[in-house]
Amino acid sequence: MQKITRDALVNKALALLDNGTVDRVLGWKKGELAYDVTPAVFTDGKSIGEGFVWNDFCGANFSKYLIAETKKTGSKVLVFLKPCDTYSFNQLLTEHRFDREKVYAVGIPCEGMTDVHKLRAAVGEGICNVEADGDMLAVSTVYTDEPVNVPAAEVMLERCLVCKSKKHVAYDELLGEEGEVAESARFDQVAELEALTPDERFAFWQNELSRCIRCNACRDVCPACTCEKCVFNNPSSGVENKAAANSFEEKMFHIIRAFHVAGRCTDCGECSRVCPQRIPLHLLNRKFISDIDNFYGEYQAGAEVGSRAPLVNYDQDDLEPSEVFGGRE
Amino acid sequence: MPVNEYKPLIVAFCCNWCSYAGADLAGNNRLNYPADVKIIRVPCSCRVNPMFILRAFQRGADGVIICGCHPGDCHYTSGNYYTRRRMALLFSMLDYLGIERERTRVEWVSAAEGAKFAATMNDFAKTVAALGENKRLEDLRCKK
Amino acid sequence: MRKCSLSEMNKVFARIASAQKLYLPVDGEAGAEYKLWEEGTEWSNALNTVKSPKDFFFPQLENLMEFKVTGKSIEVIDTRKASEDFVVFGVRACDVKSFEVLDRVFLVDPVDSYYATRREHGTIVSLACTRPTETCFCRTFGIDATEPQGDVVTWKTETQLFFEAKTQKGQAFMSLIEDLTEECDGSEVEAQKEKTGKILARLPLANLSADAFGADKTDKFFNAPEWKTLSEACLGCGTCTFVCPTCQCYDIKDFSTGSGVVRFRCWDSCMYSDFTKMAHGNPRLTQLERFRQRFMHKLVYYPTNNDGMFSCVGCGRCLSSCPISMNIVKVMKTLGDKADD
Repeated sequence: MQKITRDALVNKALALLDNGTVDRVLGWKKGELAYDVTPAVFTDGKSIGEGFVWNDFCGANFSKYLIAETKKTGSKVLVFLKPCDTYSFNQLLTEHRFDREKVYAVGIPCEGMTDVHKLRAAVGEGICNVEADGDMLAVSTVYTDEPVNVPAAEVMLERCLVCKSKKHVAYDELLGEEGEVAESARFDQVAELEALTPDERFAFWQNELSRCIRCNACRDVCPACTCEKCVFNNPSSGVENKAAANSFEEKMFHIIRAFHVAGRCTDCGECSRVCPQRIPLHLLNRKFISDIDNFYGEYQAGAEVGSRAPLVNYDQDDLEPSEVFGGRE
Repeated sequence: MPVNEYKPLIVAFCCNWCSYAGADLAGNNRLNYPADVKIIRVPCSCRVNPMFILRAFQRGADGVIICGCHPGDCHYTSGNYYTRRRMALLFSMLDYLGIERERTRVEWVSAAEGAKFAATMNDFAKTVAALGENKRLEDLRCKK
Repeated sequence: MRKCSLSEMNKVFARIASAQKLYLPVDGEAGAEYKLWEEGTEWSNALNTVKSPKDFFFPQLENLMEFKVTGKSIEVIDTRKASEDFVVFGVRACDVKSFEVLDRVFLVDPVDSYYATRREHGTIVSLACTRPTETCFCRTFGIDATEPQGDVVTWKTETQLFFEAKTQKGQAFMSLIEDLTEECDGSEVEAQKEKTGKILARLPLANLSADAFGADKTDKFFNAPEWKTLSEACLGCGTCTFVCPTCQCYDIKDFSTGSGVVRFRCWDSCMYSDFTKMAHGNPRLTQLERFRQRFMHKLVYYPTNNDGMFSCVGCGRCLSSCPISMNIVKVMKTLGDKADD
């Protein structure tokens, strides 16, 4: 259950609209079902009152929307940022992707968001209502008379289970209490994979990536993927493809995508959240993050504005590629 | 020598200023290295986009080697430093995906190191030959 | 009607698989997916698969032909292999209906021979729904989830599976497993249908109506201001189109292999920025136009060309998969309500 209430967010939004600080609000809009929340731009109190939601399904990271939003005319846009979203916000600012002056950022605390797929797997079909109550979610379905109680932690998004920070690294104003950068176990799965034999790793990724349907959701949601024209959409790039023809093209897309965001990926976890085929894409990004930490010193993309990303930086004493695997025989 | 002996196809990206000249010197000095090493000249080793390496594998390469000036000697001051970081990360990622780590290599070869160039290519060709054909990053459409 | 105990299904599957390839939903990491049955394969209990079964007739990617160039001559190679008969087992009512939608595109003149061949060789064994879920809205399009179409229709109860052949292909299928099934009157099926019918009526989207949409409504909706707010959050990814059982747009491309050319087609998505890009450029420059295209196609253009038939079957896949939870239901509610004003 979220500690900060919807009312607190709504009141803040209404106050900022009223006093003219902002003329529109990026928020989550109620859907037709218990959990289908859509990012939306609200411009008046009435629509906020009717449609604005804040609950355990507000996983969407708004940072990337600011690129388009700040190009619009008008005064500032209000954006609510969860701690992990603030890292993407900073990273986009570092890359000069939007105008900071046109944004009013309100940091909001987050207790972790629910993974709808996990919820469905836990509860089954026919979910009509979800009420958060402490650490539990009470889920009503068309098949049960009484709500089913599910511990929120059991159906949380993977990225929230290994939350890297409850601290906001950017905001104009903070609602609720500030948190801390957390001790996160987010590299454990990477280490587990590294401990496997190459054959096992190959089999693992072959299986995972073979499910890819090249919908590009991972790329299109990614706050680090902001190229105006992606190389995979560009017919003159020579590698453009709309569907992976074979396992090579599956791998190529994901390696290149992960590489292109290496050092810039804040590990916001949106790629894995949106993948319709549940491919653990964060394990590719985290491999790069973990390697960067090990090879070149710890670096958290988006922790501050203006930091130099590891791949556009160097040190004269850097590790040689031949030393990556502990030296060549 | 058996006719069907497997010979690996190797793509070597060589920087214009050092390694390509090093290859030239190897040739001038009549040093042997396998004819299956196909050299692609690039202005600097940091011109090599990770996509080039994957595409080389797609198009039938069994091994890819990138050669550039020694760190500190880059014609453009710092290009090879970036190469070093990029390739360290890329090779690590390929290994993470279970692709044989011996198929990729970075070597610094100066214009004066013809002998090193030949030795490097001989050694790399031997290593790749021992691995056999590239199966894990192949595109069957290109193998007909 | 014939029936078979669920505990005996493995024998049924083995019998079918001995005659032709058998595909059925199997649980996987992402949810259920259609897989080739082999000894040991377990039939999924999931309501539906993550990807639709349209792949069987209209695969995401298929090679059409190859070219080999020698000197100044080009050899065109037909790469098609002789098709084998196959069975797709456990197809839900919505997905069976989607084949009708696709047929009206691919089997009209000029007939798509690649699609037609696979349709001829495929036997569809449908499965009536017993546990519809909150994303289901097939009723909106006149589909009865308890009474699917197909070559053979099956109904599942706690312990039995009931079969009824509807076509010649279906009869051939039933004769294969005749000794494994027994004749019955089907009263249990009626009870099951009634039970499911009640649930269908209680689903959150049970009363969704498509009445406002249909043939020749282009002018009414095309310039609606609501498209702007609806499409605002759209990421422009292709998830909805790729999980959709009725999306049928494709692109044809050439791949140069170094020694020749492979001409293939693959699914395209109207959500993509380069969709229908031509020499002069792209006819739909903004995401709003692309977003509108998808829903207008399903709700207006397709019905206009196909006797009022919608090209949405209410399977609910886009509701589950959209990264931002924007979907055809929200579009229908927003624009449909407007029509009442």
